[in-house]
Amino acid sequence: MSALSVQDLTVDIETPNGPLRAVNGVGFEAEQGETLALLGESGCGKSMTAQAIVGLLEPIASVTQGSVTLNGTDLVKASRRKRRQMAGPELAIVFQDALTALNPVYTVGTQLAEPFRIHRRMSAKEARGEAIELMRRVGIPHPDKRVDAFPHQFSGGMRQRLLIAMAVALNPTVLLADEPTTALDVTVQAQIMALLKDLRAEREMAVVLITHDLALVAEEADKVAVMYAGHVVETGPVSEVFGDPGHPYTKGLLDSVPVHVARGEELASIGGTPPDLASIPSGCVYQARCPLARQKCRDERPQLKATQGQRKAACHFTEEV
Amino acid sequence: MTGFLRRRAVTSLLPLIAVLLGVFFLARLTGDPANLYLPVSATPEQRQNFIEANGLDDSIWVQMWDYLGGVLTLDFGDSLRTGESAAAMALRAFPATLQLAFSTMLIAVVGAVVIGSWAAYRPNSVADRISSFLSMTAASVPDFWFAIVGVWIFAVSLGWLPTSGVTGGMASWVLPVATLVIRPLGVLTQVVRGAMVSALSAPYVRLARSKGAGDLRVVTHHALRNAAAPALTVAGDLMVGLINGAVVVETIFGWPGIGKLMIDSILGRDFAVLQACVLLTAVSIFVLNILIDIGYALLDARVREKVSA
Ligand SMILES: Nc1ncnc2c1ncn2[C@@H]1O[C@H](COP(=O)(O)OP(=O)(O)OP(=O)(O)O)[C@@H](O)[C@H]1O
Ligand code: SF4
Ligand SMILES: [Mg+2]
Repeated sequence: MSALSVQDLTVDIETPNGPLRAVNGVGFEAEQGETLALLGESGCGKSMTAQAIVGLLEPIASVTQGSVTLNGTDLVKASRRKRRQMAGPELAIVFQDALTALNPVYTVGTQLAEPFRIHRRMSAKEARGEAIELMRRVGIPHPDKRVDAFPHQFSGGMRQRLLIAMAVALNPTVLLADEPTTALDVTVQAQIMALLKDLRAEREMAVVLITHDLALVAEEADKVAVMYAGHVVETGPVSEVFGDPGHPYTKGLLDSVPVHVARGEELASIGGTPPDLASIPSGCVYQARCPLARQKCRDERPQLKATQGQRKAACHFTEEV
Repeated sequence: MTGFLRRRAVTSLLPLIAVLLGVFFLARLTGDPANLYLPVSATPEQRQNFIEANGLDDSIWVQMWDYLGGVLTLDFGDSLRTGESAAAMALRAFPATLQLAFSTMLIAVVGAVVIGSWAAYRPNSVADRISSFLSMTAASVPDFWFAIVGVWIFAVSLGWLPTSGVTGGMASWVLPVATLVIRPLGVLTQVVRGAMVSALSAPYVRLARSKGAGDLRVVTHHALRNAAAPALTVAGDLMVGLINGAVVVETIFGWPGIGKLMIDSILGRDFAVLQACVLLTAVSIFVLNILIDIGYALLDARVREKVSA
């Protein structure tokens, strides 16, 4: 059984001009000890998907359909109380805005101790000990002194380490990491990815890595789900998907990158831009930019279906890609 | 921290000195101080004695020097009406004003934190709208209107509460505190609500929830501490307003505080006492501002760093 199974997840945003579907029937599975990458251009709904999974969407957005199964519990149906109990020990997230996410008025030690205080009811002293241990584990120098420092006294890379430490504090089954390296310089990015990899192996977590960085996916992930305009358009093992893409969008992404791309480099764009959420066409979501588009693509939306091996693609003409 | 306090004390000392000199020159500019200090019916001999006794025939600089020396030793002269030391009278009246101001602020702060947080927790809910409407109304109606209406209804018509004085025990506190608390409660509730709405949508709140923090912990632990600084600023201003504005409410309710003493000394042409009252008020506001700064520093490490840098 997969550690995390997301099925048909749909998120609508309430706007003055009516609801917008930011995430539309997204599904994927993440396995224990493996990394699944959620890959896609900016605005395709990656963060919304992650926030929907952890149940922390902005008030204007809500899950309208689908299920998120973690250790046998459907999080979408679970009570607030049950979700709270699972937040930390079973499911953890490193948010995209991580570098500003720490509470400015508390020491990092207090904040690192919080999972232990909340879920294990530890005394302040015990929890502080755990916090120091965690800081040591994620490579923060002089943890016994730095534990009493405040967030603004740490560099971006160190803050990201602290947030990762906070997320893995209680050995969650699943860790969602939303663009964990985007805001950092290249050398620090490599260190953070190495840390995540170590922690994943050591704690046998399933990691969902959210990124728009193809090279990062190629290096770090076992499986990938490619998202476009709120839909998963292709999914499968990274080597298979990148070796022989089954969706024109995946192929376009791969073609737009030089063969030996450096980590952290922006995706060179495919012609055109993703559709505005308010004007997603009927039929295939990718039709406006697809070189293979034809009448059937405008009439009928392709469903995600098995192609070769363990891969699935949502394209009527996948064999032509 | 101590360096910060010293610097802060020095900067807020300047306005205090300005008040000191202002009081001094005002007494001279408005004419012969003898007119201010002596009863209208004073004879020319009394006048001459007064001028000699107080060195009013010395040069203005000598007079100022004497005056400042007097202030430092808390010697403002004696009351015209009672002959008692003016400083002693002001100091005796001051606790009553402070008690009123502190109990009012305590109720306003506690009320504002509870109502403001509750409203902010569900913005635009019915509860939020009701509390916004009420706090806006409370913030914009003048105190003396409440005072007069309150006295009229509860003291005169219903006879439930005394109209004035502190002799009635707890009951005599109800109307003055209720009158004073309405505006600060309204203003502070709005400030707390605003600050809490933005704190509750800050990234650190979502982070706390992702660690499994419940509603109570999110509100009291994560959001309130961040919302406290703007509330402290406004609470400080309101507290200054309460001390300054004591005149109105203390007069209406016959509350034996510094405000009432001030009015009585103005009416009785008791300039020495008035001067002592003004300076005591200025000093208390000076101390209050320092306390507020200490509050900021305690709330936020970034402030501590900035000031000790
Ligand atoms: N408050 C909002 N009002 C309207 N649309 C919104 C709002 N918040 C997000 N969206 C839309 O929802 C979609 C999904 O946003 P999301 O943040 O999940 O994208 P993302 O894939 O994480 O992008 P990025 O790589 O930039 O983080 C976007 O198209 C965005 O424009
Ligand atoms: S369904 Fe048609 S438009 Fe969509 S990706 Fe396939 S070929 Fe392109
Ligand atoms: Mg995002």
